[in-house]
Amino acid sequence: MSSMDQTSVAAAPQEEKVASPGGGIAPSERALRIIVPVVMLVALVGLWEWYTTAYNVPHYILPGPDLVAQSMINDWPVLSQALLVTLKITFAALGIALVGGVLIAILFAQSKWIELALSPYMVILQVTPVVAVAPLILIYAPSTQAALLICAWLVAFFPVFSNTAQGLKSTDHNLLNLFELYGASRWQTLIHLKLPAALPFFLAGLRIAGGLALIAAVVAEFAAGSAGAGSGLAFRILESQYRLNIPRLFAALLLLCGTGVAIYGVTSLLSHLLLRRWHESAIRREN
Amino acid sequence: MSTTAPNLVVPHSAASAAHGRPIVRLDHISKTFSNGTIALKDMSLTIGEGEFVSLLGPSGCGKSTALRIIAGLGEATTGRVEWPTMSHDAAGKPEREIGFVFQEPTLMPWATVFKNVWLPLRLHGLSKTAARERVMAALEMVGLEKFADSYPRELSGGMKMRVSIARALVTRPRVLLMDEPFAALDEITRQKLNDDLLRLWEQFGWTIVFVTHSVFESVYLSSRIVIMAARPGRVIDELSVDAPHPRGISFRTSTAYSDYCRQASESLLSAIGANDHL
Repeated sequence: MSSMDQTSVAAAPQEEKVASPGGGIAPSERALRIIVPVVMLVALVGLWEWYTTAYNVPHYILPGPDLVAQSMINDWPVLSQALLVTLKITFAALGIALVGGVLIAILFAQSKWIELALSPYMVILQVTPVVAVAPLILIYAPSTQAALLICAWLVAFFPVFSNTAQGLKSTDHNLLNLFELYGASRWQTLIHLKLPAALPFFLAGLRIAGGLALIAAVVAEFAAGSAGAGSGLAFRILESQYRLNIPRLFAALLLLCGTGVAIYGVTSLLSHLLLRRWHESAIRREN
Repeated sequence: MSTTAPNLVVPHSAASAAHGRPIVRLDHISKTFSNGTIALKDMSLTIGEGEFVSLLGPSGCGKSTALRIIAGLGEATTGRVEWPTMSHDAAGKPEREIGFVFQEPTLMPWATVFKNVWLPLRLHGLSKTAARERVMAALEMVGLEKFADSYPRELSGGMKMRVSIARALVTRPRVLLMDEPFAALDEITRQKLNDDLLRLWEQFGWTIVFVTHSVFESVYLSSRIVIMAARPGRVIDELSVDAPHPRGISFRTSTAYSDYCRQASESLLSAIGANDHL
């Protein structure tokens, strides 16, 4: 880490206070923001390694980090294949959920009657546990992959839809009056006013949906009990459990964690980039 | 109904002489809300071209409702609004050349100052390049041409209000409707904006209808004050302010000014019944 030499800067406290009049962070604090989590990670892995060797924990109960890393490298062809399958389902489901969620939210915002007619079904979709409907979906869907996709979509759809619908409804009333005053068409009001106003809500929905899509893709695969070459990480985890190949199980789990964190990171970054100029949530305050 | 003009003899200004031709006429307007509240009862008012008319009254007197009906935001329950001199569109609706300024700045937070002011023109299909000159001219009028690329949150309350005014002016309206535009500002900023508004009005000679609950503000700005009372909302008095323009600190500290203020205050007080708990 090249940031090691910057820690000495952090030692001077007055340096920290002077900086950041323009809303930015002091360089010393920025370095600390990287160093602290890294040190914590190293400490945790070290503790794990120490525990497994000091207490002689058998590797089929808790493998050490070295074994997990080894398994990650050796089993990479199998694991990467599975990861790719899981990623495909996750992102396909998320993509359809985004498009569908936004479109249906817009439809709801256009007419009170559509909202009245459809909103009970939206709630039903949301509250029914996906694991419970998975067997049915497996029967109706043309293939297992399609079934997994439908399951993941069902879960990811609702946060996008309900957040966007809420955002579309929360438009400033005076601004709506202003648009009416200048004779804006329904379409113009939607494009120039309602959609930008709903953007922060939509992005919050996206952040939730991103994580849920991954969870749903894994849960659906458990429920579907798919197997074989075209299987995702969920199947590899089950398989490793049956074969007591715990290092591989851990490796697969790590991949899932990494994917989840990456999705969260990307959606958060996207949200920050889109809102940083104007929205309260993205503004740093100093008191 | 209307009080006789105060016997202080003041020279007739160019601005107040200009109005004669009625630009908008309210004909026995009443407005009852769906919950049964009578917001406005039988209001008749003729506003002449180039007038600066203030609607003055306590909250609940229907002054904002009247303004919104003039703007076409919400229909009157009974009565009519006429625009004698304005052309009518294909649907037979008058093409109201109006600008509206709300009590809050009502800016789009996601858009720059330029884009906010561009909005009325954009909704009429003007591209950014076609609108640029007019947008910048409107921003110059309110002294914000340097802030075209700023976002609303980067501006102070007074500056946001100026952007709002620039947006109302960008369509070059004949009538400017203002709904307590400076009520939320501090006294110093408010006085500055009052002065600036007066300068613009003296220069361009639009018709302004200005809703306020401040006696002092209404006397300072207006050529005519329509005094209203609440429960039910109605017009109780009218007062024409025949002080010359340009008005400034010397008018604001004159005895004529305080006489007008006293008259307006007395009218307001006379309408408050013994049973009104304020």
